[in-house]
Amino acid sequence: MSDTAADPPSTVWVEKTSWYDRVPRWVSMLAIFVLAVSIWEAVHVSGLVSGIILPSPAETWRNIVFVGSNLLAGGYMLTALWITIQEVAYAFVLATLIGFTLGVVVGETTFGERAIMPYLVAIDTMPKVAFAPLFIAWLGFGLESKVALATFIATFPIVVGTAAGLHAADENARMLFRTMGASRWQTLVKMKLPTGMPQFFTGLKIASVGVMAGAITGEFLGGGKGFGELIRIASTNLDTARVFALIVYLSFVGLACFGLVVFLQRRLIFWQRSSAASASM
Amino acid sequence: MSVARQALSPATVAARPVYQLRGVSKTYAKRNIQALGAVDLTLTEGSFCSVIGASGCGKSTLLKIMAGLAPPSAGSVMLEGKPVVGPRRDIGMMFQQATLFPWRTTIENIVLPIEIRDGKQAARAKHDEARRLLELVGLKGFEGVYPSELSGGMAQRAAICRMLITEPAVLLLDEPFSALDELTREYMNMELQRICLERNATAFLVTHSIPEAVILSDVVHVMSPRPGRFVESIEIDLPRPRTLDMITTPRFGALVDRIRARLDKGSFL
Repeated sequence: MSDTAADPPSTVWVEKTSWYDRVPRWVSMLAIFVLAVSIWEAVHVSGLVSGIILPSPAETWRNIVFVGSNLLAGGYMLTALWITIQEVAYAFVLATLIGFTLGVVVGETTFGERAIMPYLVAIDTMPKVAFAPLFIAWLGFGLESKVALATFIATFPIVVGTAAGLHAADENARMLFRTMGASRWQTLVKMKLPTGMPQFFTGLKIASVGVMAGAITGEFLGGGKGFGELIRIASTNLDTARVFALIVYLSFVGLACFGLVVFLQRRLIFWQRSSAASASM
Repeated sequence: MSVARQALSPATVAARPVYQLRGVSKTYAKRNIQALGAVDLTLTEGSFCSVIGASGCGKSTLLKIMAGLAPPSAGSVMLEGKPVVGPRRDIGMMFQQATLFPWRTTIENIVLPIEIRDGKQAARAKHDEARRLLELVGLKGFEGVYPSELSGGMAQRAAICRMLITEPAVLLLDEPFSALDELTREYMNMELQRICLERNATAFLVTHSIPEAVILSDVVHVMSPRPGRFVESIEIDLPRPRTLDMITTPRFGALVDRIRARLDKGSFL
């Protein structure tokens, strides 16, 4: 591998990288962004699509700035956003607790696997958003019904992740623990759960996306004072640019939620020097 | 106990039996398969025995019974005069894979058997002992390192320490170095011999490799399949400590040939 100055140049075979490999990642990302906005602008200027259906990039940018300044100034939008963030946070914590507990029961006990898992699979195959009217009927139009729907959606991936993680330990590790005379509890806590952490976190990542969708769906269907309600009002007013702007800020919350999970994963599963591929599910 | 061992050289004292199997057999009732015929085996203190045989000849069944992981269908299994009825702390075991847990440092992996049996406090009290073992296997200074930074051979050395930390009366070795490359494997076999001699350990090795069995053992038991039983027990009279040079000697070759002839070539992998 070392460069050999003594060798004649003709015998030196150097790996060639394509020009694209040398371009920094952010440049590629920026290029895509510019391209998308250009097409968007072109469609707008051509007048093929009405401004009510597709606002101009400039109009959208003005709204992004407006919503941003309202948020920064602590205006009514921040109040709305805070409500949605609370819903998401409560639901995520609840889903993690319920999902982890169910996952351990299903993954660790034969009873859970045989008797409980079929029901979970059955419920998981249902369109969970369809349960929203029930949660509203049971819990009202406040925070609770949104938290319930978001929790409901986010729990299943965590159950599956936890249960899969408990099955991840290999035969050698199980045998080793048996030779050491480990109890079932010790085997679970000292071996199976740590081994299954990566799968558990995969479940958490999927849940972190689902919990956001659940909260916003809950707000669309059940009113309230959250960010979803702002989106609903803006779209009723045919203020499409505002809808876009609100979604942009909502996606920041989603990103933050996902980022938190990735951060925790890197911290807790320090032994898994994960590449970018596994960090993005 | 180790003091007494050192005081009495093994040669002057009649070797004490440590592990005794009498007429041990195993039948899997479900499929009515006899995996193990009547096996008699005695491991004397400080001896190294091997069992060699084809895949599926019942070696792992035998080892599981000896480790207390599976009950025999018939026969008696006695370790240090007490019947083996389950996993015991005076049984040390080692597998093909080192199976170190990546979230524990090397030393934490080594004291894991103590932690499981006696709790965290007892495990911490064993750290000095663990460091001595690390020095014994040539891993001094690696106690704080995570297993991901250890090579395959180093990981197996750490696994040796984990096996020795409970001061077991018998070591059960299930093809411990077969996942390593040939050069590392030969070297680790010599290391294993050194460690066993140093501690006067009683060891039982299951292997696929005839040269490995010969270079390490005092007695090699050749096993035949269906049902698994010992067809011949060959005493290896090469002097100790053995060296890798012995592999090229005619005596070594003769022993290897004899064992090979005893194995059913068709089923031996």
